[in-house]
Amino acid sequence: MPQVTLVEAVNMALTRAMSEDAGVVVLGEDVGVDGGVFRATLGLLERFGPQRVIDTPLAEQLITGMAIGMAVEGLKPVAEIQFSGFAYICIDQVLNHAGRMRHRTQGRLSCPMVLRTPCGAGIHPPEHHSESPDAMFAHVPGIRVVYPSSPRRAYGLLLAAIRDPDPVVFLEPTRLYRLFKEEVDDDAKALTLDTCFTLREGSDITLVAWGAMVHDTLQAAQRLEQEGVFAEVIDVATLRPLDMDTILASVAKTGRCVIVTEAARSGSFAAEIAANLAEHGLLSLFAPIARVAAYDVVVPLSRLENVYLPDTERILAAVRKCLAFG
Amino acid sequence: MAIVGRFEIESRQYLDLHGRALEPVPAAAREPQLLVGLYRQMVLARSFDQKMLALQRTGQLGTFASGVGKEALDIGVGSAMQRDDVLLPTYRETTLQLARGVSMLELLLYWGGDERGSDFAVPRGDFPVCITIAAHCCHAVGVAYAIKLRQQARVAVCVLGDGGTSKGEFHEALNGAGTWRLPLVFVVANNQWAISVPRKVQSAAATLAQKGIAAGIPSIQVDGNDLIAVREVALEAMARARSGGGPTLVEALTYRLSDHTTADDATRYRNADEVAEAWQREPIGRLRNYLLELGAWNKAEEEALLKSCNEQVQAAAQAYLDHPAPSPAQMFDHLHAALPAAWSAQREAAMARKTADAAGHAG
Ligand SMILES: Cc1ncc(C[n+]2csc(CCOP(=O)(O)OP(=O)(O)O)c2C)c(N)n1
Ligand SMILES: [Mg+2]
Repeated sequence: MPQVTLVEAVNMALTRAMSEDAGVVVLGEDVGVDGGVFRATLGLLERFGPQRVIDTPLAEQLITGMAIGMAVEGLKPVAEIQFSGFAYICIDQVLNHAGRMRHRTQGRLSCPMVLRTPCGAGIHPPEHHSESPDAMFAHVPGIRVVYPSSPRRAYGLLLAAIRDPDPVVFLEPTRLYRLFKEEVDDDAKALTLDTCFTLREGSDITLVAWGAMVHDTLQAAQRLEQEGVFAEVIDVATLRPLDMDTILASVAKTGRCVIVTEAARSGSFAAEIAANLAEHGLLSLFAPIARVAAYDVVVPLSRLENVYLPDTERILAAVRKCLAFG
Repeated sequence: MAIVGRFEIESRQYLDLHGRALEPVPAAAREPQLLVGLYRQMVLARSFDQKMLALQRTGQLGTFASGVGKEALDIGVGSAMQRDDVLLPTYRETTLQLARGVSMLELLLYWGGDERGSDFAVPRGDFPVCITIAAHCCHAVGVAYAIKLRQQARVAVCVLGDGGTSKGEFHEALNGAGTWRLPLVFVVANNQWAISVPRKVQSAAATLAQKGIAAGIPSIQVDGNDLIAVREVALEAMARARSGGGPTLVEALTYRLSDHTTADDATRYRNADEVAEAWQREPIGRLRNYLLELGAWNKAEEEALLKSCNEQVQAAAQAYLDHPAPSPAQMFDHLHAALPAAWSAQREAAMARKTADAAGHAG
């Protein structure tokens, strides 16, 4: 089994999906000859040709809108938006059209497309390249929002997203693209959507995260274990629809919960999880739910990036406070 | 200095305001019975439009956008399309949807606020009405790309308004369609107004057709109130698209004889003289005069047609009013292929609420 990075796993899934289904096409800026600015589409052009690996003009609404048209017409487009900051303009097409086509026509038409975009901060890029629009997309009816946090889950979830009969926004944690490798079997097996993954079991506290923050959260859990504290770590993976059952079951066991997101705190997806816990899990809680998030400010340029982003230390501080309560 | 670009925009018209041929009509329009058939569709569409207005004014239909005055445009384009082509309409193409085979009942359901109206029996592949201006231009590029990829001889037809030509999505779509030489026909229904904003405020371009030139797309203007001209230009564009010649932009000149929608009052921003003058150019009388002159139509036939149209729209309105109300399940059941478990409780709550409402009405 090959050891691959997350971005290589994305590439493996795209290659697999394109070879098993002639209806799968890839489109976006620089996805052809260049293989994408992060190389996620490397080699696809040579293998599948320019009709299916489409370098588009520089036009994000066109990319998203034409993916919708292709999907309605029966193809399975996988569109790439080069950086998350340029995905904001696509929210209109996703919200007003991709997520509505099936409902609007009462099932006559559907929109089986995937919109991929790298997400999150931590790679010292120029402005607009470090955004976290996860909660914005997660607010949109009729779509799924998936955010893998490891090569294996990137492979399995992307295959699932492409095979899904409805639109999926697939957010890829840029910071993890090449941070570590994992064994990924190119076995064409999709992972299940709409479900959280419990990455580590523990009885003292539940740590919930998604995207790149899963990595920091796992590191925090390791540190806690050395101190004799056993944290359960849940990777949300699919933000919409949210699998609250897994999170509630975990909190019923641990009684404590820290939610970690790299998005700005107010209105982040952590709030949705916290609200659900308050509504359905209040009696299991021994301590207030804590959110570890970025500050409510503009994502800074690289010099302050590390101050802005939550890290293991901030997660540990929140965990300690939560454990000390009551 | 060198001139590196130059363009011309052809404008096409066959019938003058009175329905007299300005030049020999094209071969495709020489069969009087064909024109009579299209004339009948135009008259029926206008009756239907009037019926919808009456239903709206009596609180039996939601806000809707009248297409009065653009019947030649819709029927001309519709008659040039083939069954398995794909139409991407705006909210003002009710007549074109009728021409495509969507039923009056389905259209009434839609404008009456029921999504089932967009689940039309035919044509199954046409897009539903697009309300967000020009967003569907990008969808049309995707549809046409898919058609081309599969080497099918089908064409996507995207209709938008003069206001829509100011949107980025229109330009992004034109540009994409040009680059890939897609089987796609853009029809700009230039009715001179975008709610209260007149054409000249929309753009300083002398024609809207020329916006296609920058994208490398053959572009043409046509008198949108001349059925023969619209049909001819549309047939040419469709033939080009079908034979691998790529996209065309057609700017069809017409006039919005109605308010923008039933929620609008156009007397606030345009004067009556302009509207009265525009009525002189409306398409139905023009074609009727032409057919009368040809001897292909007569007064008795006209009376019989009006009577039959009236009966048809009446029957459709009745069927609509008798149609059972939608179930709240409709909100959930086609949100996804299968409703995710996360929302089953909400579906149950909505269903329970319906029961409570029904009980309330009964009491
Ligand atoms: C993106 C967007 N902006 C604004 C509106 C509100 N709106 C509805 S119709 C309209 C005018 C459209 O004019 P035009 O494109 O000329 O089409 P017409 O209504 O004349 O057929 C506006 C501004 C909208 N539906 N979508
Ligand atoms: Mg207009």
